[in-house]
Amino acid sequence: MALLEVKDLTTHFHTQDGVVKAVNGISYEVNEGETLAIVGESGCGKSVGVLSIMRLIPQPPGDIVRGQVLFEGQDLLKVPEHDLRGIRGNRISMIFQDPMTSLNPVLTVGKQVGEALEVHQGLSTHEARAKTVSLLQMVGIPEASGRLDDYPHQFSGGMRQRAMIAMALSCDPQLLIADEPTTALDVTIQAQIIELVKRLRDDLGMAVIWITHDLGIVAGLADRVIVMYAGYIIESSPVKELYANPRHPYTVGLLRSVPRLDAVRAQRLIPIEGLPPDLIGLPDVCPFAPRCAHVMDKCWSANPQLRSVGSGHQVACWVDINSDGSHGL
Amino acid sequence: MAAYVVRRLFWSIPVLVALLLAVFLLMQAIPGGPFDFAGERSLPEAVIANLERRYGLDKPLHEQFANYLKSIVLEGDLGPSFRQRNRSVNDIIGDSFPISAQLGILAIGLALLIGIPAGIVAALNHNRLPDYVASFLAILGVSIPALVLGPVLYWLFALKLGWLPVALWGAEKPFFLGFLPMPTAKFIRHAILPTVALGTGMSASIARLTRASLLQVIREDYIRTARAKGLRERAVVVRHALKNSLIPVVTVLGPMFAAVVTGTIVIESVFGIPGMGKYFVQGISNRDYPVIMGVTLIYAVILVLSNLLVDITYAWLDPRIRYS
Ligand SMILES: Nc1ncnc2c1ncn2[C@@H]1O[C@H](COP(=O)(O)OP(=O)(O)O)[C@@H](O)[C@H]1O
Ligand SMILES: [Mg+2]
Repeated sequence: MALLEVKDLTTHFHTQDGVVKAVNGISYEVNEGETLAIVGESGCGKSVGVLSIMRLIPQPPGDIVRGQVLFEGQDLLKVPEHDLRGIRGNRISMIFQDPMTSLNPVLTVGKQVGEALEVHQGLSTHEARAKTVSLLQMVGIPEASGRLDDYPHQFSGGMRQRAMIAMALSCDPQLLIADEPTTALDVTIQAQIIELVKRLRDDLGMAVIWITHDLGIVAGLADRVIVMYAGYIIESSPVKELYANPRHPYTVGLLRSVPRLDAVRAQRLIPIEGLPPDLIGLPDVCPFAPRCAHVMDKCWSANPQLRSVGSGHQVACWVDINSDGSHGL
Repeated sequence: MAAYVVRRLFWSIPVLVALLLAVFLLMQAIPGGPFDFAGERSLPEAVIANLERRYGLDKPLHEQFANYLKSIVLEGDLGPSFRQRNRSVNDIIGDSFPISAQLGILAIGLALLIGIPAGIVAALNHNRLPDYVASFLAILGVSIPALVLGPVLYWLFALKLGWLPVALWGAEKPFFLGFLPMPTAKFIRHAILPTVALGTGMSASIARLTRASLLQVIREDYIRTARAKGLRERAVVVRHALKNSLIPVVTVLGPMFAAVVTGTIVIESVFGIPGMGKYFVQGISNRDYPVIMGVTLIYAVILVLSNLLVDITYAWLDPRIRYS
C-alpha cells in the first residue's frame, strides 16, 4: 500500500468573478521513502493541490469538491478535525515558499520550531527547547543554542528556511511536503537547501513531495515527476524516463526551457509561447490546446484522460509525440 | 530603551511650549476679555483696568507669556483663575482631573474588556451568526452617541428603576497616587452608568478594529504554518495571531485614552460629575485664560505620555521595532 494515495482530488474557489477550477481531479501515489516532484508553471494548482491534502485551504472561498486523500489508508478529507491535527506537523509536515512570511515575526525562532514537539510529543517547554537546539544543529544553523531566542528577522533567508525545515522535521514525519522551498532564495542558497533536504530525507527515510516550477532541479532529487497544467496532471513518469522520453508537448516545452549543463553545445532556450488559461470557466477541452504546436480538431472538443505510454509513464494528450517532439501518430 | 524614553520626553518639551504659545495667541485673537462681564452687569472701565493690572494683562504679550512659563517651570504654578475667586488653576485641575481620570480609565478598561474579546469572537466566526450579532451590536454602539446613550441610561436605571444613584461622583479623597480611589460601594454605584455610557462607543470601535485586524492577520502565511503544525485553532489565534492583530488597536488607544481621561463634557454634564471636561468649554466662554491654558496643557501632557506608551507597547508587540 502506498503511503499517500490521492484520488480524483478536485478543489475549486468560489470567487466574485466565478468558480476558479484550481485542481481538477488529480490522482497520484507516494510510496514510503519516495520523492515525488510536482512541476508546472505558476498558478497551475500545485500549492492548492498539496494544501488540500492537509485541508489547509481557506474554506470559504475554497471548496474541496471531490476526491480522497488516503494516508496509510485513512481518508484525510473525512477524518475529524482533531485527528487531522494529530497528523499535521507530526506525520505530514510542510515547508513553504517564502521563509520571510511563513515564520511568525513576533515569536522567537526557538519557540516556533519547538512548538510541534510540545503539541505532538507532549514535551515540556524545557525539553522542547533542548530538542530544538539539536534540530537547529541538524539543519546546519551555527551556534544553534545561542539563536533560540532570536526572532525571524534576525535570520537570513536561507537560515530561516533551515529553521522551517527543522520545524517540519521535529516530529520525524513520514511525509514532507515542500512547496517551492527554494524559489525565494538565491541560487547558491537554493543548492544548499536542496542538498540539506536530500541528506535529511536519506537519513530519516521519509517520503518527500517537492513542488517546483523549475524542471532543472528535479533530476537529481526526485524518483517520479508529475507535470501539472491548469489544475490537471498532464504527464506522470519516473524521472529518468521523463527527461529521456517526454510525451506531452507541454513537458517537451518545459524541458526545452531548462538550461542544460551537460549540453554538447550551447542550446538556445525556447520558452513556451502564450499564457496558461484562465481557471475561471475552464472549458472541458484540452487546456493546453491554445499553446500547442501539435493541436488537432479533437483537442478542441474533448479533454484527454491520462493513458499509459510505458512502465509507470502516463500522459494526457491526443497526439502521440516522440522524444524529439515530432509526430509519431 | 530608557535613553529613548528620556529623549522622547525631552523633545516633547518644545512641543508643549509651542502648543501653549499657539493657544496663548489664539486666546488673544478671540474678541472679548475675561473681565467684560461680572454676572449680568458689565464692569466700569476703571475696574477692568485695575483687574488687568492685577493679573499682569497690561504687560506686553511676550512678557505675559514668559512670566506664565516661568511660574510653571519654577513653581509648578498654573496661575489664578480669573473668574473663580480665590481658586487657582492648580486647585481646579487638582480637584477635577482625578475624577475625569477615574471615569476615563474605567471606560477604557470596559472598552478593552468587551471590545477585544468581541472582536476575536466575531473574527473567529467570520460570516457566521456570532459575527453578525457582534458586528450589528458594534455598529449600534458606534453610531449611538454618548449624548443619547447617557440620558437613556440615566432615565432608565436612575430615574425609572431607581437602581443606581442619580448624579454626582462617588469617589472620596484621599486618592492613591493622586487619582486612584478606594473601590467603595458608593464609588462603584456612581461609576456604573457613566462608565457604560462612555465605554460603549469605544468598545464598539475597538471590537470592529480587532475584528478587521484579526481577519487580516489570519490570512498571513505564518498562520498557515501554525495550522500546518497541528495547533488547535485557539492556539493559532491566541499565540500566533492576536499579538500581531493588536497593533492597530494600540494605535487608536493612545489618542482615545488622552481624550477620555481628561474629561468628556457630555457625560460629565449628563451625570453631574465634577470632572475636568467642563472647564475646556467654560474656560473659553469665560475667557478665563489661565484655565484654558491649564487644561490644554494637561491634555497635551497626557497625549504625549500616552503616545509614548503606545510606542513602547509597539516594541513589546513586535520585536522588529526597536528604539535606540
Ligand atoms: N484563496 C484563493 N482564492 C481564490 N483563488 C485562489 C486562492 N488560492 C489559489 N487560488 C487560485 O488557484 C489557482 C492555483 O493556485 P496555486 O495552487 O497557488 O498555484 P501554484 O501552482 O503556483 O502553486 C490560481 O489560479 C490561484 O489564483
Ligand atoms: Mg504555489
